[in-house]
Amino acid sequence: MPRHALAYLLSGAVLLALAALALAVGRFPVSVAELATLLGAKLSGSVHALEPNVESVVFQVRGPRVLAALLVGAALAAAGSAYQGLFRNPLVSPDILGVSSGAALGAAAALLFALGPLATQALAFAGGILAVGLVVWIGARLRGHDPLLALVLTGVIIGTLLGAALSLLKIAADPAGTLPAITFWLLGSLAAIAPRDLAVAAPLVLAGLVPMLLLRWRMNLLALPDDEARALGVDTRTLRTVVIVAATLMTAAAVALAGVIGWVGLLVPHAARLLVGPDFGRLLPLAMMLGAAFLLAVDTLARTLVSVELPPGVLTALVGTPFFLWLFAVSRRSW
Amino acid sequence: MLEVERLAFGFPRRSVGREVSFALASGEVMCVLGPNGGGKTTLFRTLLGLLPAQGGEVRLGGDPLPSLSRAEVARRIGYVPQVHQGSFAFSVREMVLMGRTAHLGAFAAPGAQDRDAAAQALESLGIASLAERPFTEISGGERQLALIARALAQAPMLLVMDEPSANLDFGNQVRVLERIAALAARGIAVLFSSHDPDHAFLCAQRALLLAEGRALEVGAPRDVIRPDTLERLYGVSVRVLAAGDGLHTCLPDVAPRH
Repeated sequence: MPRHALAYLLSGAVLLALAALALAVGRFPVSVAELATLLGAKLSGSVHALEPNVESVVFQVRGPRVLAALLVGAALAAAGSAYQGLFRNPLVSPDILGVSSGAALGAAAALLFALGPLATQALAFAGGILAVGLVVWIGARLRGHDPLLALVLTGVIIGTLLGAALSLLKIAADPAGTLPAITFWLLGSLAAIAPRDLAVAAPLVLAGLVPMLLLRWRMNLLALPDDEARALGVDTRTLRTVVIVAATLMTAAAVALAGVIGWVGLLVPHAARLLVGPDFGRLLPLAMMLGAAFLLAVDTLARTLVSVELPPGVLTALVGTPFFLWLFAVSRRSW
Repeated sequence: MLEVERLAFGFPRRSVGREVSFALASGEVMCVLGPNGGGKTTLFRTLLGLLPAQGGEVRLGGDPLPSLSRAEVARRIGYVPQVHQGSFAFSVREMVLMGRTAHLGAFAAPGAQDRDAAAQALESLGIASLAERPFTEISGGERQLALIARALAQAPMLLVMDEPSANLDFGNQVRVLERIAALAARGIAVLFSSHDPDHAFLCAQRALLLAEGRALEVGAPRDVIRPDTLERLYGVSVRVLAAGDGLHTCLPDVAPRH
């Protein structure tokens, strides 16, 4: 069996097993047999003999949370894969162009004025999109520089500015009420996600994913020096813009849903590339599966490990740091 | 096939060269010689449409260059850049397949026909055995051959090669020159730059001497590569010797050491 087929199969199996585990474990344990009965009944439309609270735990409480972890993990990993190719750098994460800082500022403003959860999500999404829009707009006007370098530097500068604005909002916030809300939002959480939130975020992620799937071959050429890609017949400026729009849409939707969760978009594409190589058509599906599995595993640990819920961002960093250092040590210079 | 008329080239607000005119027919090899910073790379980038011409005209197969789309240019000219390391570990086969991009629709991935073209390109350069190796882990000479294979997979009428022998050892330099001659024999026009005037003698029918962005001379290597032109080009004194069997070679005079 070719190596990449094996990688897909194993990742798919791990993903399914993790999803079953995540639905089963928790303060109210559900057995695998009960899960199977529930899913069978749901699919065939028949009735089952289980207690109604089993059904509500699986479909109302854990189901949306599991789906959210899968969606956010896959979206962050896809956006990270695209950006690492686009910036020709395996150490790039999806928020390099300021999407997270913009989203954080939007969410903090909504929380400061207590506008409610829906407005918080909407402002986070809008903030992320606006921040990247601003970075791309300024970057395109810095002529006479390497376009990629102009983008990255503008992203860093605008990100710093937005960070300062965020600090200002925190100073203005009420230390007993809105400040903790802002702080917790910034740590990221999958706890309070309703099916309605998923129904909004999923189409946005899909809208970003479709162009990436269609352009999977051309994406590879972005990894070449600009002159070479153009001499091979690719309009790199247009392609870069499409990829940035697609990745930003996915990341902003994910961040608006779950807050800022680091490491997934940086670490997972790197690991996937070690397994199937850099070809984007092969990399993207595997990175999405691994990203979904990684975030689901982390979130399941986060809610079962200790009696208080840990923010998933803390655990991704705890797992991510040693894993990344290890990857870095063993992978020499071929990504 | 390639016609260049009174071309002026350079960057916005910085002119690099002007009044360059020459033509290249199918199966012809032209070697561009000139000092560092003489405008060779800028000239090539302009011929490839990567930089807009500042004056004059470039025609490719009869059509003015600005009238062609990026993909149309890529189906006519294959570009072989100076050897680089590559940033991701694409296999040599994947790297060569990228040469097929201009023949694919925007949303398509390479098909069986493209795989055949890539395999043929690898075969014709004698590097089929490298196909599955990562581009980042093969030697500089092998990378140069892989980049030539990629340009061949484009199925172009003209190959533009920017210092294809730079950073290669003596054996690999000779091998690259052999490939150039073989490609020309298949009817492909080749335009390449070099730092060694002997390369023009060895495999080019024509030479273009480029100094400060101007064409000093264009013609058969034997006619234009002379001690006086080389002195003007490089500022050193060089003898041009006949090797006996119609070939010529350049021998610089190095000041004796005391």
